[in-house]
Amino acid sequence: MGLDSYITLKDVVFSRSDRRIFNGVSVEIPRGKITAVMGPSGSGKTTLLRLVGGQLRPDSGSIIVDGQPIGELRRKELYKFREKMGMLFQSGALFTDLSVYENVAFPMRVHTKLPEDMINDIVLMKLEAVGLRGARKLMPSELSGGMNRRVALARSIALDPELIMYDEPFAGQDPIGMGVLVKLIRDLNSSMGLTSVLVSHDVQESLSICHYACIIADGKVIGAGTPSELQDHPSEQVQQFLNGHPDGPVPFHYPSSAATEDFGLAGGVS
Amino acid sequence: MIDRIASFGRSGTDLVVSIGRAGRFLAGVLSGVPRPITGFPLLMKQLYSVGVLSLAIIVVSGLFIGMVLGLQGYTILSDFGSEAAIGQMIALTLVRELGPVVTALLFAGRAGSALTAEIGLMKATEQLSSMEMMGVDPLRRVIAPRLWAGFIAMPVLAIIFSMVGIWGGMLVGVEWLGVFEGSYWGNMQASVDFWDDVVNGIIKSVVFGFVCAWIAVYQGYDCVPTSAGISSATTKTVVYSSLAVLGLDFVLTAVMFGNF
Repeated sequence: MGLDSYITLKDVVFSRSDRRIFNGVSVEIPRGKITAVMGPSGSGKTTLLRLVGGQLRPDSGSIIVDGQPIGELRRKELYKFREKMGMLFQSGALFTDLSVYENVAFPMRVHTKLPEDMINDIVLMKLEAVGLRGARKLMPSELSGGMNRRVALARSIALDPELIMYDEPFAGQDPIGMGVLVKLIRDLNSSMGLTSVLVSHDVQESLSICHYACIIADGKVIGAGTPSELQDHPSEQVQQFLNGHPDGPVPFHYPSSAATEDFGLAGGVS
Repeated sequence: MIDRIASFGRSGTDLVVSIGRAGRFLAGVLSGVPRPITGFPLLMKQLYSVGVLSLAIIVVSGLFIGMVLGLQGYTILSDFGSEAAIGQMIALTLVRELGPVVTALLFAGRAGSALTAEIGLMKATEQLSSMEMMGVDPLRRVIAPRLWAGFIAMPVLAIIFSMVGIWGGMLVGVEWLGVFEGSYWGNMQASVDFWDDVVNGIIKSVVFGFVCAWIAVYQGYDCVPTSAGISSATTKTVVYSSLAVLGLDFVLTAVMFGNF
């Protein structure tokens, strides 16, 4: 890629139970840029984020995040290292027993000894950045899905992380909510210089904001590059995914025996 | 036949794996230096949730069990003209056995199931994962206060249960059936030994508290994060806790009062 990599995955193999999720995946994610990781449902996009965050360990291969081999860190070192990571979960994952304000203040209360008035200022700034300063007294159950995700975004940037990972940020959003999140991801990246990893299968939105993208399918990377490079990618599988063709290398029909057998026509039509 | 043996063997290895995982989980929760400044408010909150909110069911159950013991005890003992020993019978039954055991069973049903469901739901809604990704260990932040709260609350609840039960027995035996009040309390005082009876009862409830809280938090943390998974984990908490309490009660009773 020729750029300074913040995250490097090299020949990563990972299985869950008997199922091989990644079979030698190598990806480089450049520092300070937005990288989209795309792929069909069940291709292991969220698993990739969990591997980068150290919640899962690969069977083999290496994952280097900011120069640190994440799979080799001890538990305490890993928790310390995660203070410079933020992650936006698909569900938002707000703490349901805390208000919006307390949710955003939570990482600061746990990891810093900042005075209360400073925590107050930072929480209000973060909520202002996502447009929800006025909602600080609400409980998570009173928020819409989009607001929930925006509060979670404010919480994930509370400690000014170097890396932020977005897990399906656009899933289930209406067009306005999606537009708001696209703007926020782009603005946060440019204003804070964050390294952003965006996992999604919303092709248009992802390609509109990312600097680089890679597509994962069948346990490996089938295409990577800038959005324009991907659009011209020669792989039929990449083109099928980007353009949403119902049939192609990924077949429309689930593998089955011959239709003539199932319909009882094996002996021919009489 | 071979399939049956294989299935039996698989169940055995699954059980050993499960016990091993629960042991590692417990070691993870209990390891590390406690942080009183952050930990104490979390512990107090859980003590309120699993202890104070369980008081109503403990008090009401203790009262009725004490009253039933008074009624049954009077009926049996009056046949032998020994109804004056009713206080002694009620106190020993409650302090040694029914107090710790029934409290533990009620605790498993009310607080244990709630703990499992709460932790399971936190897992299903990715709250535990998000905590991990924020650099906060959920074992220390979420699980440990709940485990300690169960451990602390159980003996206190068992003592309250026994006290209310003894009072309930007095209401029936003395106030209703007319046993002499002096005999009720005097016989009790003469026959209940602080170390042999009261302390052994408290030791039982401490053990039950630890086991019930461990099962509850482990089932919640280890559950399949779906509605069916949480439902199954909650059921397992109540069933496993009840069986563990009854089995351990036999072992502890044999050790404490066996005199073989």
